[in-house]
Amino acid sequence: MKFFPLVWANLTRHKRRTVLTTLSVALALFLFASLRSVLTTLRAGAEVGSESRMIVQSAKAIVFFLPMSYRERLLAVPGVQAVTWADWFGGVYQDPKNFFASFAADPESYLDMYRSDFTLPADQRAAFIKERTACIVGQHLLEKYGWKLGQNVTLQGTIFQGDWTFTIRGVYHATSPAFSEDALMFHYEMVYERYPGWVQPGWYVLQLKDPSLAPQVAAAIDSEFKNSSDPTKTGTERAFNAGFVTMWGNVSFLMDSIGMAVVFAILLVAANSMMLSARERTNEVGVLKTVGFSDRLLFGLVMAEASTIALGGAVLGLGAAKALYRPTGFSAMGFLPGFDVTAGTLALGLGIAVVLALASGLVPAWTAARLSAVAALRHVE
Amino acid sequence: MKIPLIYNVRSLARRPVSSAMTAVGVALVVGVFIAMLALANGFKVALVRTGAPDNVIVLRKGADSELSSGISRDNAAIIAALPEIAVAADGQPLVSPEVFVPTNLEAASGGDAQLVVTRGVTTRAFEVRRGVHIVAGRNFIPGRDEIIIGSAIAPRLAHSAVGDTIRLAGRGWLVAGHFSAGGSAFESEVWGENEQLMPALRGQVYQVVAFRLRDPALFDEAKQTLEKDPRLQVDAHRESEFYASQSLVLRQILDFLAVFITGIMAVGAVFGAVNTMYAAVASRTSEIAVLLTLGFKPRSILASFLAEATFLALVGGLLGCLVAIPINGIVTSTTNWSSFSMIAFSFRVTPGILAGGVLFSIVMGVVGGFFPARRASRMPVVQAIR
Repeated sequence: MKFFPLVWANLTRHKRRTVLTTLSVALALFLFASLRSVLTTLRAGAEVGSESRMIVQSAKAIVFFLPMSYRERLLAVPGVQAVTWADWFGGVYQDPKNFFASFAADPESYLDMYRSDFTLPADQRAAFIKERTACIVGQHLLEKYGWKLGQNVTLQGTIFQGDWTFTIRGVYHATSPAFSEDALMFHYEMVYERYPGWVQPGWYVLQLKDPSLAPQVAAAIDSEFKNSSDPTKTGTERAFNAGFVTMWGNVSFLMDSIGMAVVFAILLVAANSMMLSARERTNEVGVLKTVGFSDRLLFGLVMAEASTIALGGAVLGLGAAKALYRPTGFSAMGFLPGFDVTAGTLALGLGIAVVLALASGLVPAWTAARLSAVAALRHVE
Repeated sequence: MKIPLIYNVRSLARRPVSSAMTAVGVALVVGVFIAMLALANGFKVALVRTGAPDNVIVLRKGADSELSSGISRDNAAIIAALPEIAVAADGQPLVSPEVFVPTNLEAASGGDAQLVVTRGVTTRAFEVRRGVHIVAGRNFIPGRDEIIIGSAIAPRLAHSAVGDTIRLAGRGWLVAGHFSAGGSAFESEVWGENEQLMPALRGQVYQVVAFRLRDPALFDEAKQTLEKDPRLQVDAHRESEFYASQSLVLRQILDFLAVFITGIMAVGAVFGAVNTMYAAVASRTSEIAVLLTLGFKPRSILASFLAEATFLALVGGLLGCLVAIPINGIVTSTTNWSSFSMIAFSFRVTPGILAGGVLFSIVMGVVGGFFPARRASRMPVVQAIR
């Protein structure tokens, strides 16, 4: 520790260089943390969702309706405790850019199904269920558009033509990451009334008596409807969410390769500046050796300098990423809900900083340690 | 008087490791920059090429994509009677009513089913939608359970070889052939005959009606006639604009990512260049003094060091281009969020993107070199020569 003032003095001699190098390390790790968080957020999205709930959708494609008559038949499948259903509405608010999840659901059974995933005051719940033109919205969505409880909101249907006006009767807080706060939900009856000959449930949600029954229940349902005109595809809610994640395709490979390029580019910058510093100080190393500094100590001093820069940059960059995204509610236009820098990402970032310190400090430190005092002092003019 | 550039090149060569590191740093930034823009561009090209400026797409009023649209047979017949529609060689109007449904198909890699657009067409579609050619096998024969598969998506699907039977919408279909469509999004689709696909898919309703205009200038007239017809309740779009707009969301994400990621990387690379150039200036103090004593103007010194930094970055930029060019043509896939279906497209590196990358590297060099160069030019002779 007593050599700290010496390391510090070396760092502050070229203040600009130290600051720039530290900042580039910070930028690299900020970028690294951002890119990796895209992946961890996507993966986390694949892991939310209950194992005791199942989604039944059309085997042809998700855009197909399933007959209303399936409700009773699904309830009769052994292991199924409760059934609800919903339809994707896909409305836009005022402008196509204002897009958020909106869906029509059977109010009572749907709220019961997801009761442990969100909180909604009892009086608001009752008001929503009672009033056919009512809707409930997530707290985050309410704030985003500055809506108020009791206000009318008009959506333009993209699938279901025309203007649709709903009264906000409830505002919910999501308590599980599986449940989006950027959503609006209203009565299934509303769409059914306008299109009685066409609209049927888009998907069913089942509550299982026991999560371990999932494979049997899925097999029983899919085989029951296999030869009907509307075959089904049944899977756990978690698998359903994971399906959406795989739709991003090669995005994880892309993020990984860019992350590698970023880290490598910054490694070059940091290593370069450490070497510059070391080269300029050759004669100093000679002086220190002459006054009795051991090889090992000189090696340590240069490494300490490199580590200070790398770790300082890491703390700065990773800290900025951690502090920026979560508190500002960043979600990439709703594509990455719950975007956050995980502890694993922070640890990995610190690991990279350590590698960076070793890689950038090793060559100069080794050179300094091996240099003979006589050779070094020749540089003194 | 100008200092010859060769002086700078030799100076860089005297510090090979440091110069190379800086150049490679710039190269990586430029490489990532080009790769990301090539990705965004490839996606855009696939969708933009799907549309022609003299074609019109008719969707149900308010529908924002083919997916959410629906047009009855009666309405399709009304649209087909529009006088602005071009006429084919046999005297029939060039109209293509189409079914558009994303369907689950088995992926070649196994695992979960992939959503792929299935488009029901008539034989007329091959005249209205230009550039669709059979590249393997033959076209489907009307009246039979046959389909043809786009060449971009075929390798990603199971049972997609010509002659195979593929399961689609709960039925088996013979794969009669593969088709190409000039790199457009159609190449990520499965096509079959309307009359066969309708009962298997969404019933007796089309999703979209496409037609050719007699004259591209007639678009506004046709649009007005269609949108004012109280029987129809439809929106008409110019086909080229419509498909370009369908790619907007993903393109915005990709463009944002390209700017965000490479912007941050560029700042890091500039810092590296700044460090290198300051060190270069510091180690050449006496050289600079000699140059000044010889009568070179401070302005020449500034220009010289700036040129050195720019040259260094330019080498990096060119290196980055070389590294990035091979990604051109690599096929990747993602989801087209306007239809929720898989779309396969290739990275497209254009001369414009390469030029952008080179320009980017020059900017990095100028920005990184400016302050060190200014310091060099302002160095007092007496102090420097000591």
